[in-house]
Amino acid sequence: MAGREATNPGDSAILVAERLTRVLPGEVPVTLVQDASVRIGRGEFVIIRGPSGSGKSSLLYLLGLLDRPTSGRLLLEGEDTGTFDEDRLATTRLAKLGFVFQFHFLLAEFTALDNVQMPMRRLGRLDEAAQRDRAAQLLRDLGLAGHEHKRPSQLSGGQRQRVAIARALANDPVLILADEPTGALDTKSSANVHDILHDLTRERGCSVVAVTHDMAFAQGADRLIELVDGRIVS
Amino acid sequence: MNLHFDIALSHLLSRRRQTLVSLMGVVLGVAFFLAVSALMRGSEIDFIERLVDTAPHITVSDEFRHARVQPATVAYPDGAVRVSNVKPLTDRRGIRQYRQRLAMIESIPGARVAPVLVGQAIFSFAGRDEAVTLSGIEPERMRDVSTIDEDIVAGSLDAIDTDRNGIIIGVGLAEKLSLDIGDTVSVVAAEGNVRAMNIVGLFRTGNVNYDETQTFAHLKRVQALMNRPNVANSLVMRMDDAYRARDVAARVERMIQYKAVSWQEASEDILNTLVVRNVIMYSVVGAILLVAAFGIYNVISTVVMEKTRDIAILKSIGFHARDIRRIFLIEGAIIGLIGSVLGAFGGVGLMALMQRIEVQVPGESEPVNLPVYWGMDQFAMAAAFALAAAIFAAYLPARKGGRVEPVDILRGAV
Ligand SMILES: Nc1ncnc2c1ncn2[C@@H]1O[C@H](COP(=O)(O)OP(=O)(O)O)[C@@H](O)[C@H]1O
Ligand SMILES: [Mg+2]
Repeated sequence: MAGREATNPGDSAILVAERLTRVLPGEVPVTLVQDASVRIGRGEFVIIRGPSGSGKSSLLYLLGLLDRPTSGRLLLEGEDTGTFDEDRLATTRLAKLGFVFQFHFLLAEFTALDNVQMPMRRLGRLDEAAQRDRAAQLLRDLGLAGHEHKRPSQLSGGQRQRVAIARALANDPVLILADEPTGALDTKSSANVHDILHDLTRERGCSVVAVTHDMAFAQGADRLIELVDGRIVS
Repeated sequence: MNLHFDIALSHLLSRRRQTLVSLMGVVLGVAFFLAVSALMRGSEIDFIERLVDTAPHITVSDEFRHARVQPATVAYPDGAVRVSNVKPLTDRRGIRQYRQRLAMIESIPGARVAPVLVGQAIFSFAGRDEAVTLSGIEPERMRDVSTIDEDIVAGSLDAIDTDRNGIIIGVGLAEKLSLDIGDTVSVVAAEGNVRAMNIVGLFRTGNVNYDETQTFAHLKRVQALMNRPNVANSLVMRMDDAYRARDVAARVERMIQYKAVSWQEASEDILNTLVVRNVIMYSVVGAILLVAAFGIYNVISTVVMEKTRDIAILKSIGFHARDIRRIFLIEGAIIGLIGSVLGAFGGVGLMALMQRIEVQVPGESEPVNLPVYWGMDQFAMAAAFALAAAIFAAYLPARKGGRVEPVDILRGAV
C-alpha cells in the first residue's frame, strides 16, 4: 500500500479498495463482487462498464459505503472504513460522498430546492440562509434556474436527474458515485448529464465514479474499469 | 423549521385521509376520556363533599379502641400468673369530664369541637308514636361543627337556647306527624322521663331518612331527660382542612384516650369502592385510547411501507437509523398532540353538555345537575395518555423504518 502510494507521488488517492469481495449469504451464496481492487485518485473520472448483472452496481455500493464487503479492505482518505460503525458510515456518506442513481430518487413532497438543501440541513455545517443560497446556486449551475420551487413531478426526467446531481453535490463531497445516471433518459438529456458529471471533476475537483453502458460517455474517462461476473478484467 | 419535523409532516400530508381518520380516533379517545373522567371525578368529589359536609370530620365516642388493661397485667407484666374470668369494671357510659377534654381538643389548630349527647326517644303526638334520635347540643358550638344551621328552613337554631323546652325537627318528621312550628309534643326518653317540648325550628337536609329521624334539643335539657347530668357521649369535630381529619383523630385519641374516628375511617369501605371505580374507569378509557393507538399504528406503518424508497434515499444520503426513527415518532407525536388539543375541545363540549343534565337521585328531595369536574389535571392526564399512546403506536413502525437497508431497496429497484 505504502509502496504503491510511493509509485504515484502527487496523486493522492481518496479511495483505495483492496481485494473487495461481496457474497450474498443464503442457501446458494451469490458472489456479487470478487477480489476487486480499485484506486480512485483525487479529481479522477472513472467509468465502470460491464454487461448487465456483472456486479457494477454492487461494486458501486461497496465503494460508496452503502454496503460492507465480505472480505477485503476499503480506505477512504487513508482511513480503514471497516472499523466504522453504521453511524460513522452514514456520517461519512453525508459529508464526503454523493450518490446519483438511475431513477431520480427525489423526495416527491419537496421542491427541487428543498431536495438539494436536505443533505445540508442534516449536516448543519451552514446556517439556513447559506444553505438556501448554496442550493439555489447549485441548481443554477446545473441549468435549473427558475425551477427551484417545482416539485419533482413538475420536472422532466433530465431535470430531475440534474436536481439529483445538485443534491449529491450539496455538502461538497470528495467523491460522486453515479449508477447508470442516464439509463432512464433520452439521448439529448443523457449527453447533458454526462457533460455535467464530466465537468465536475475539473470544476470542483471532486472525483466521479460512474457506471454506464454509454460508449460516448466512457470516452472522456480518465480510466475504465471493466467488470465481468463480478471480477475486474481490465 | 426542524428537518425531521418537515419530513414527518410531508409523510402525513401525503396520506391525508388516513391521517385524518387516525386523528379522529385520538380526538374521540381524548374527548371521551375527559367526559368519563369529569363525571367520575365530579361525582366522587360531590360525594366526598356531601360526606365531609354532613358527617362530622371526627367523632369522639365514649368507647376505647382497645380493651382496658387489667390491673393484674399492669402489676406483673412478665408474670407467669394468669388471671382468668376477670369481669371489667362496670362503667357508666359517656365521656367523663368532657369540658376539660373539649378544651384540650380546642388547642389543636384548625379544629373545632362540640359536645353531643345522643339518645333514643319516642315522639308522641295526636295518638301517634314515632321513634327518633334525639341529640342534645349547644347551639353556639354546634354551629361551628355542622351545617345544621344552613339547613334550618323555619325558626332558628338559637331558639333552643332561649326556650330550654324547644326542639328542632326535620321537615320529613313534621310532615309525617302533621307537626308545625309552635306545636307541642311529648318526648319520652329511653330512661322513662317524659317532657312536653315545643317545636321551635324545622330543618331540611335533602336526605329523606335524616329529615325523618333526627331531632335536636339543648344539651342541658337532654342530659336531664336522660338522667345523665354533665355527660356527653360524643364530641363532634370539624376541621378547617377536612383531609387532616385522619391525623388529627389519631392525635385526639392519644390525647384523651377515647376512640376518635375520622370521616375517612368511618367511610373506609365507600372510599375503597371509589378506588375500584377509578380503576374501572381508567381501564375503560384506556381501552378507548388503545383503539386510537391502533389507528395511529395503522397510518404510520402504512407510511413506512409506502416510503421505503424515501427511507432508502435518506439513508444513502447519510441519515442515521435514529433520524429515520425520529421522523416516524414525530409523526405519532403530531397526531397525538393535535388529537389531544382537538379532543380537549371536544371534551369541554361534552362536559358542558353533561353539566346541563338534571337527574333525580334516590334519597334526595331535589333534582340535581350531573356533577362535572373541571380540573386541569384531567386535561393534562388525557393529553399525556394520548401522547404516550401515539408515540408508543409509532414506535414499532419507526423501528422498522430505521432498519431499512438502502442497498436492499436499490437492488430491488434497479
Ligand atoms: N438480492 C439479490 N439476490 C440474489 N442475487 C442478486 C441480488 N442482487 C443482485 N443479484 C445478482 O448479483 C449480480 C450483480 O448484480 P448487479 O450488481 O446489480 O449487477 P449490474 O449492476 O452490473 O447489473 C447479478 O447477477 C444479480 O442478478
Ligand atoms: Mg446495476
